[in-house]
Amino acid sequence: MAYENDMNLKATELRLGLPGTIDESQIKEPSFLKSNNKRSSGDMDNSANEDECSPVPKAQVVGWPPVRSYRKNVLQQQKKNFDSDVLGMYVKVSMDGAPYLRKIDIKVYKNYPDLLVALENMFKFSIGVYSEREGYNGSEYAPTYEDKDGDWMLVGDVPWDMFVNSCKRLRIMKGSEVKGLGCL
Amino acid sequence: MHSFQSMLNYFPEEVLEHVFDFLTSHRDRNAVSLVCKSWYAVERFSREKVFVGNCYAISPERLIARFPRFRSLTLKGKPHFADFNLVPNDWGGYVQPWIESIVRGGVNLEELRLKRMLVSDESLELLATFFPNFKSLVLVSCEGFTTDGLAAIASNCRFLRELDLQENEVEDRRGQWLSCFPDSCTSLVSLNFTCLKGEVNLASLERLVARCRNLRSLRVNNAVPLDALQRILAQAPQLVDLGTGSFVHDPDTESYNKLETSMQKCTSITSLSGFLDVSARCLPAVYPICGQLTSLNLSYAPGIYSDELVKLICYCNRLERLLVLDTIGDKGLGVVASSCKELQELRVFLSDVYGIGNTAVTEEGLVAISAGCPKLNSILYFCQQMTNEALIMVAKNCPNFIRFRLCTLNPTVPDAITMQPLDEGFGAIVKSCKDLKRLSISGLLTDQVFLYIGRYAKQLEMLSIAFAGDSDKGMLCVLNGCKKLKKLEIRDCPFGNVALLADMGKYETMRSLWMSSCEVTFGACKTLARKMPRLNVEIINENDQIEASFDDKQKVEKMYLYRTLVGPRKDAPGFVWTL
Repeated sequence: MAYENDMNLKATELRLGLPGTIDESQIKEPSFLKSNNKRSSGDMDNSANEDECSPVPKAQVVGWPPVRSYRKNVLQQQKKNFDSDVLGMYVKVSMDGAPYLRKIDIKVYKNYPDLLVALENMFKFSIGVYSEREGYNGSEYAPTYEDKDGDWMLVGDVPWDMFVNSCKRLRIMKGSEVKGLGCL
Repeated sequence: MHSFQSMLNYFPEEVLEHVFDFLTSHRDRNAVSLVCKSWYAVERFSREKVFVGNCYAISPERLIARFPRFRSLTLKGKPHFADFNLVPNDWGGYVQPWIESIVRGGVNLEELRLKRMLVSDESLELLATFFPNFKSLVLVSCEGFTTDGLAAIASNCRFLRELDLQENEVEDRRGQWLSCFPDSCTSLVSLNFTCLKGEVNLASLERLVARCRNLRSLRVNNAVPLDALQRILAQAPQLVDLGTGSFVHDPDTESYNKLETSMQKCTSITSLSGFLDVSARCLPAVYPICGQLTSLNLSYAPGIYSDELVKLICYCNRLERLLVLDTIGDKGLGVVASSCKELQELRVFLSDVYGIGNTAVTEEGLVAISAGCPKLNSILYFCQQMTNEALIMVAKNCPNFIRFRLCTLNPTVPDAITMQPLDEGFGAIVKSCKDLKRLSISGLLTDQVFLYIGRYAKQLEMLSIAFAGDSDKGMLCVLNGCKKLKKLEIRDCPFGNVALLADMGKYETMRSLWMSSCEVTFGACKTLARKMPRLNVEIINENDQIEASFDDKQKVEKMYLYRTLVGPRKDAPGFVWTL
């Protein structure tokens, strides 16, 4: 079998696929790779010789399967919408000093103002005016959220859609901690 | 005898022109202009529609010089494989220089159709400003413009009949472009803005539809909700072609009931598409018109599963064209086969676009369709697996294929039962389908399939090959045998210099050749470019390697060559090198 000698350049291979997907299945080796043609860029694994009968290896190659970018984008977008429409996007909301937490479905809101007004009504407080330079000025509260990386971020910096897709929970900070954020 | 002869020689030009008027296809007109000098002269002054398959094959100045009275121009830019991310975005295909030349040339442009080109807002503004009779703009798979450019078109083109945007990447500036159609605009016949992502002013849209009594085709985008669609349909029951917007609503409401009523009154709709956002519960609203449909596109509705698809399709007895996702499954295709006896074109797309999962369609669905739909002549089929036996049966059932495109998820999958290459199956297709013009093959394939293609596919004009073949022999068979070949695109095949250089003159009879990840070397490309001055041989190298370091023996990653009358293009970006 040839795979003892193969150059496993998988790590540098250009792939079209979700990050983190590991292609563990053997890739069906095209017949032309059976001869020892060296290629200048990384290519498919040569170790697939043994697995002639494998029915569903998924080679993630650039441009294959041949689907137009437009179509890909539309279907991916729908998938995102569908997933979150069906499941709702309920996140916990805590307010410093409040006895218990609340939960809201952030998919219900179209933009930041909508969300902030809802939060204001829910917890009976008022949030300052958002500015990119100073965060929320004019109030002792600031809305923050925990993102997918586990970091606490100020609400309002990123585009709305990005926020909705990365927000795991909300926390309305109060008092001296808020000043800390405002001074960034 | 002598006077009869001279009578034949003297044919008033007006008569010739009148006769040529009946020739609409550019190929016929091209043929006619080759007969003799006087026919060439009459034809060139009377040609109104010009088709340029490769915008770099000719210059706008030369085009205007030959056809000074043309009014309609079709232009194509990037190579087909650009659709699949194999060509960088800024490779080229700019329409701006064309429009500038056409303005300078005093052409009375009325119609512009572009495919895979880069279009800027400035280009659209030029169109809107300098062509008072501009009537029709069709943009397919283009990019580079925003809704501001569309606003310019809407505001200024007083006689606009057609604005058709198909699958373009358009930046949405949320500037209410649709509201820019003035109240005096009543000429629209066709409006398609499905690919736009932003909202349009619904009241403006409804008013526009109401005053354009000749509107035949309307395709809206996702931002147009179902109740707005209902109001539009109520105003435009004469529509022939409808693309829905968001088709989601609570079916137990008055809005929905009104929609059903309005839909029923649309007795002229024969083409239905859209459904980018659709709830299966709303589909029954469409049932009343199913029996009149000849074209149905559900290929952007992944949430509709086989059962619901089938419930809809079984009413579509007149269907000639069907586009669906593989969610339909083999069983669903079986229902299509028994319900749609008039079917001519079928496209089954992937619902899982990265091809990671499995598809629900296999060779069985294809065989069922071929058995049930004798008029089938065009197919695009993404599937999990294929067998030679199935392809042979399909070839026998449907000898009328003009377009046959098969794509297996795994590009080198063998026959699912025998584990053999799929050579025999495709061989049967080309042997049986004598009028085959376009072919895409996939699966495990050896040189044998190319032997068959070269021997039998005599009418073939476009061939797409990926991960196939064993040696140069394969490509040579195709180049030698397919006399009518216009476009050949090859990726990841073991074809090299011998095949490339065997018949260099052949490429002047073709529009273009694309080869990527093959065995062709830099030296061979240089040789070809040197010997054939009327070809542009472009090397696309995205790694920014310095040209000097290219060794003749080095393999070329991407090569695109095309015939041209105007030499190397001046707008090539840094990573494209014309040899």
